[in-house]
Amino acid sequence: MALLDVDNLQVGFNTEAGLVRAVDGVSFGIEPGQTLGVVGESGCGKSVTASSILRLVPSPPGVFLGGQIRFDGRDILALSRDELPSLRGREIAMVFQDPMTSLNPVFTIERQMGEVLELRFGLDRAAARERSVQMLKTVGIADADARLNAYPHELSGGMKQRVMIAMALLCEPRLLIADEPTTALDVTVQAQILHLMRELQKRTGAAVLFITHDMGVIAEMCDAVVVMYAGRVVERGPVLAIFEHSLHPYTRGLLDSIPRRGIGRGHKAELPTIEGVVPSLLNPPQGCRFADRCFQHQRLDATCKRRCREVDPALLAHGASAVACHFPLDGSTQ
Amino acid sequence: MNGVVPDADAPLLVVEDLTKHYPVRGGVWGRTLGSVQAVAGVSFTVHKGQTLGLVGESGCGKSTLGRTLMRLEEPTSGRVSFEGRDLAHASPAELFGLRRDLQMVFQDPYSSLNPRLTAGEIVREPLLVHGMGSKAEQNERVRGLFETVGLSAEMMARYPGEFSGGQRQRIGVARALALGPKLVIADEPVSALDVSVQSQVLNLMVRLQRELGLTYIFISHDLSVVEHVSDSVAIMYLGRIVEQGPVRTIFDQPVHPYTQALIRAIPLPDPRRRRQAVPLQGETPSPMAPPPGCPFSSRCAFAIDACRQAVPPLLPVGDGTQASHRVACIRAETTAAAWAADTA
Repeated sequence: MALLDVDNLQVGFNTEAGLVRAVDGVSFGIEPGQTLGVVGESGCGKSVTASSILRLVPSPPGVFLGGQIRFDGRDILALSRDELPSLRGREIAMVFQDPMTSLNPVFTIERQMGEVLELRFGLDRAAARERSVQMLKTVGIADADARLNAYPHELSGGMKQRVMIAMALLCEPRLLIADEPTTALDVTVQAQILHLMRELQKRTGAAVLFITHDMGVIAEMCDAVVVMYAGRVVERGPVLAIFEHSLHPYTRGLLDSIPRRGIGRGHKAELPTIEGVVPSLLNPPQGCRFADRCFQHQRLDATCKRRCREVDPALLAHGASAVACHFPLDGSTQ
Repeated sequence: MNGVVPDADAPLLVVEDLTKHYPVRGGVWGRTLGSVQAVAGVSFTVHKGQTLGLVGESGCGKSTLGRTLMRLEEPTSGRVSFEGRDLAHASPAELFGLRRDLQMVFQDPYSSLNPRLTAGEIVREPLLVHGMGSKAEQNERVRGLFETVGLSAEMMARYPGEFSGGQRQRIGVARALALGPKLVIADEPVSALDVSVQSQVLNLMVRLQRELGLTYIFISHDLSVVEHVSDSVAIMYLGRIVEQGPVRTIFDQPVHPYTQALIRAIPLPDPRRRRQAVPLQGETPSPMAPPPGCPFSSRCAFAIDACRQAVPPLLPVGDGTQASHRVACIRAETTAAAWAADTA
């Protein structure tokens, strides 16, 4: 059974202009020990999806509009406020792009790590300190003993991100949600953090939900991938299938638009692009939300085009993958 | 015209030993405690119609270098010659004239455009400042620039807030092109954009270079983007160029251990080529307290005692047959061999 099962999740935000359906029917599952990547561009709903799993979407303006999130069989959205702390941090931990989202600037690292250990495991101060030092060493912080006395602002960006990962792992969570954890970091530090996350996962067996806009990071880290566009899942499947046999034109377009070597493109050659812009989620278009920008759509005859415009494509199984497209790239029709 | 027609092979821009220090103040009285070498003795040449990619991580001095070339920052020392004219010591009046030839595109299309001006007014502003043409001629020029960067003329009346990130960056490019510059310094021009939009803006810049014969200095932390647009590349670390050369040489036969580490650190969008190697350890030291000798020695797996004695000069690689490939590493032979063995 899946450790986490997200089923038809719908989350909106009340704005002056009306209700924005940021997440509009998102479904996926994560098995124990699996790393699932969620990829998409700004505004596709990937971060809102992640925050919903921990019930971290602020309300108002956030509104839950429907669907289910089951963690180990329990319905997360039905938990009372009292039950949430046992879930957050303990069973599911989260690492954010900006470490200051989870680090308190006025407390030392020792106090913040110690608090978790005292609350969760009833450790006394000395035992908590020892465990904290051990965890900081695990995440590659040299001079861990001295760093415990530091305040967050005294640490570099990479160091803060390591502390946050250490804190997330203190409670040995079964699921780690990482929302763009390396986006703000330099590429050599990113490589260190990704390496660290892989090593730790091997050791602890935790499942990881990895949210990113970077296809390189997805290829590097994930077993399976969910591709989101305009609040919807447009494709999901094993990582190799997503990269080598993309079914959705958006997935293909994303992959093709990355400048990269060794795929027969010349220096300064024209890069494939996805023309146009993401539709407004205040008033999303009828039918397929990608149709306006879709290269596949342009090639279809009038009858098929009408189908894209009028019928909302459902996410349907396609071998080991699933795709929400009437005319997937393998030439089939659904 | 400028009177002198530069010959085709003469470099457009020659930078020699450029240095930019910032004083570090502290204490109750704000005394000067020392200085940060943001740019420490940088030299390079850019030829007409070419793109120099300037790469490095945060704090390496690449943006300060770009701003110093534009004289948005005053250089501490060194020489910058643009078509033979001295840029580093130009008077304000001379600089005003030089601005027509040198323009900049900024990273953040959200903060670099005045929100109170329409897109058309933003692009026209340089023409007004330099008093170029009548109002009608300026209108015509702005209209043409909108077309050039792929925006419709109706968009001239809209405000920046009504545009997407990609469209705003097109407006930034149009503004930079208004005076018909020869050199455009682009500082992380696509870093704030989503990948599908990023490729649109890269295509635009490459096309404009071809059509208008533009010369670019393209500053970026993204090696894949730099590899795509550049003819030559300079890698910076703690204010210094540690390696420079033709783009293919830099990416296929990097010699400096830092260049090698950067190239190895790029996550490739190919699940069959996952990295196994342990990445480069540590972080860039503070520019206020660079390590003695080679700036990279504190993180370098190849470092020996001699590396910590003196800053290594930037010298031609190997027997010097390819003089344009230069590296600042006294262990260059060993590091080059290690890369060759690793990629064989």
